[in-house]
Amino acid sequence: MGRYVIRRLLQMIPVFIGSTFLIFFMVYALGDPVAALFGDRAPDPATAAQIREDLYLDEPLWKQYLHYMGQIFQGDFGTAFNGQPVTELMADAWPVTVRLTLVAIAFEILIGITLGVLSGLRRGRAIDTTVLLLSLIVISIPTFVSGYVLQYLCGIKWNTVSPTVSPDAPLNELLLPGVVVGLVSLAYVTRLTRTSIAENVRADYVRTALAKGLPRRRVITRHLLRNSLIPVVTFIGTDIGGLMGGALVTERIFNIHGVGYQLYQGVLRQNSPTVVGFVTVLVLVFLVANLLVDLLYAVLDPRIRYA
Amino acid sequence: MRGVRRAKWAVCGLAAAMVAAGCGGGGGDSGGGGGDGTGTVRSSWGDPQNPLEPANTNEVQGGKVLDMIFRGLKRYDPKTGKAQDMLAQKIETKDSQNYTVTIKKGWTFQNGEKVTAKSFVDAWNYGALLDNKQKNAYFFEYIKGYDKVHPTSGKASAKTLSGLQVKNDTTFTVQLTQKFSTWPETLGYAAFAPLPRAFFENHDAWVSKPVGNGPYRVDSYKKGTSMRLKKWDKYGGPDKAQNGGVELRVYTDVGTAYTDLQGGNLDLADDIPAAQLKNVKQDLGDRYINQPAGIIQTLTFPTYDKRWSKAGSEKVRRGLSMAIDREQITERIFEKTRTPATDWTSPVLGADGGYKAGLCGDACEYDPKKAKQLIEEGGGLPGGKMTITYNADTGSHKDWVDAVCNSINNALDKENACVGASIGTFADFRNKITDRQMRGPFRAGWQMDYPLIQNFLQPMFYTNASSNDGGYSSDEFDGLVDRANAESDSAKAVSLFQDAEKVLAKDMPGIPLWYQNGNAGYSDRLSDVRLNAFSVPVYNEIKVG
Repeated sequence: MGRYVIRRLLQMIPVFIGSTFLIFFMVYALGDPVAALFGDRAPDPATAAQIREDLYLDEPLWKQYLHYMGQIFQGDFGTAFNGQPVTELMADAWPVTVRLTLVAIAFEILIGITLGVLSGLRRGRAIDTTVLLLSLIVISIPTFVSGYVLQYLCGIKWNTVSPTVSPDAPLNELLLPGVVVGLVSLAYVTRLTRTSIAENVRADYVRTALAKGLPRRRVITRHLLRNSLIPVVTFIGTDIGGLMGGALVTERIFNIHGVGYQLYQGVLRQNSPTVVGFVTVLVLVFLVANLLVDLLYAVLDPRIRYA
Repeated sequence: MRGVRRAKWAVCGLAAAMVAAGCGGGGGDSGGGGGDGTGTVRSSWGDPQNPLEPANTNEVQGGKVLDMIFRGLKRYDPKTGKAQDMLAQKIETKDSQNYTVTIKKGWTFQNGEKVTAKSFVDAWNYGALLDNKQKNAYFFEYIKGYDKVHPTSGKASAKTLSGLQVKNDTTFTVQLTQKFSTWPETLGYAAFAPLPRAFFENHDAWVSKPVGNGPYRVDSYKKGTSMRLKKWDKYGGPDKAQNGGVELRVYTDVGTAYTDLQGGNLDLADDIPAAQLKNVKQDLGDRYINQPAGIIQTLTFPTYDKRWSKAGSEKVRRGLSMAIDREQITERIFEKTRTPATDWTSPVLGADGGYKAGLCGDACEYDPKKAKQLIEEGGGLPGGKMTITYNADTGSHKDWVDAVCNSINNALDKENACVGASIGTFADFRNKITDRQMRGPFRAGWQMDYPLIQNFLQPMFYTNASSNDGGYSSDEFDGLVDRANAESDSAKAVSLFQDAEKVLAKDMPGIPLWYQNGNAGYSDRLSDVRLNAFSVPVYNEIKVG
């Protein structure tokens, strides 16, 4: 187990270097960002040259990359154009997005799995059809549509929640955005759980358990659900990264100052340190989440072992 | 099926809990205060692009803050845009080149330090010095010694401007490199604000919580998120804050700010999203402001390109100007948030300041028949085709560029004579312009630095001027501008500038398209809301309650 984890962690190093290089390269391919700092006005050449020198933009790309990587290993992700260190931006943004993602995941797990179990157990009945139909509708609505519609309905029409999230982003204000972020994934979780449950409910071990006289609830939660959750866990694991990246749209709609906001701002201003820094951390989150998923397999299914 | 029923209850309970929690989240702090001048204005904001140093802030968002926390020698009247003395007691000159500035006594910074002549001179020296990379350094370019502290290439060879001399606590002298009679009127811009010693001695701390001498002080500043400004009770100036404070909230999306305004979560949104312009009158009624700002949009011709500067080209350029149906485009595409331009300045200058409607003459009037005739007389479009270049990433320029091209194509009875050409990013667009790679007209927006006719003409059309992107050069124009700058009588100076504009009308190096308006909407909690000539809300006049 320990060796497996170490091997997986070591595998992350090349992925990390490769992805940072790709992102770095792509952001820089957009061109020289300094001209945009001066608005609609021709930049003063001396000032522009000075700024380029400070940001290492006057060096060839490979030197810039080496310099950037050197900084990263000292824990310095560079400075955004407004003079703020990127690490500071991260310290502000990540907790917010992590909270938002947790709300979304909690929502997915609680409601998605419950609905999935319900419809899986009553396959073909009215509740099953309803859930399938509803989840189909949810999947087909893009996030920004559901975001704007829910914001308008809850925030303005009925005035039950604040339409946007205040700077501190407390958990209760993140409920609505969390639901919006997690809505599509919720539908997938429901459908995955349903299929898995419906398949396993006829398995021999379930029949055996029932024949032994175990209470139905215990059979469902201990035997059936545990075996049916593997595809769902895989999905949720990969979804964590997706949710954090996908929050870009939702964070704009609800004015949440998280990772999506910083990325958007960074891309708009071609602020390479911000973009590369944030995307790099997103890549790491993705990798770690996948590792955790693989480890969870062993917990759910004792037959799976890692050596 | 007992288990299933229980699960159902769980779902319903959960949903109810979520709604209840959500309800608790609504409302929040609403600023408080009644009509007693203590209420807080909650206003939309964008993250300032640069650190909040006066000489480094060249966009509206940072400008909002500077306008609240700083007062300089002059201040532009929020109503008329005229420069009026603020800290300046008097600014004297005999030759329009050597100035003696006397400042009023009794002004202090918010940390108790006195505002002296040195506060100004130090601040200007800081702003001009190349090492400090201030984006508004060019504001000091007329002061003697600028070429030493800010050479066009290489390192600075002096630390201070030789043209600035402190005489005593309240007096300093300024020596300019050329005659510039309206120079004192440029001093209302934030770049000329005085700075306390704390700015130089503990710069990082100052930038994270700026200290100024204006009607508001910064209470807290969370970069990228929000800033709270409180009324500064000891402010001694004539324009005290009429409210208790301002809370600036950063929005990434103007649409979201508008939603918040409708939801009663925000008091003032100073940029109405284009998609909402159709509904805004209905939504806000007379709480919607749409007034001219000091911004003009033009199409600049690359006169450095032979194809656009050969004999007869000016007829083509004039013809193109006449082929554009400005009226229809401003109405249909901009919902009247732009006004068709008939000169190269802006209505915010007022008649005294040099704005003269119709100065462009029939060259700016829509006349497709004459347009076609003129273009043909001038030898037609170079190669029979032209492109209008714009940047695709901001400002939805595609819509109007397509409309302008459409208008030109209709006038010429050709289907694809004019097409839009987009460049991905604004930075790239600017780089291509600076490198003189344009092969056809390109969009140009000019936001004035100070409400003077000089600022609309000289930087853009004077030979080799800093923003003369089209490479236009005319001895006649340059001569008139020189004479206007040397003229000490402002009325005469203005009329000379207008004569220079008539040269532009003849040569048409850039087509004036439309004047851009500033727009804003506010909640019914506020009254006395106005935008100044820079389309920044005049916060200190706003009353809450």
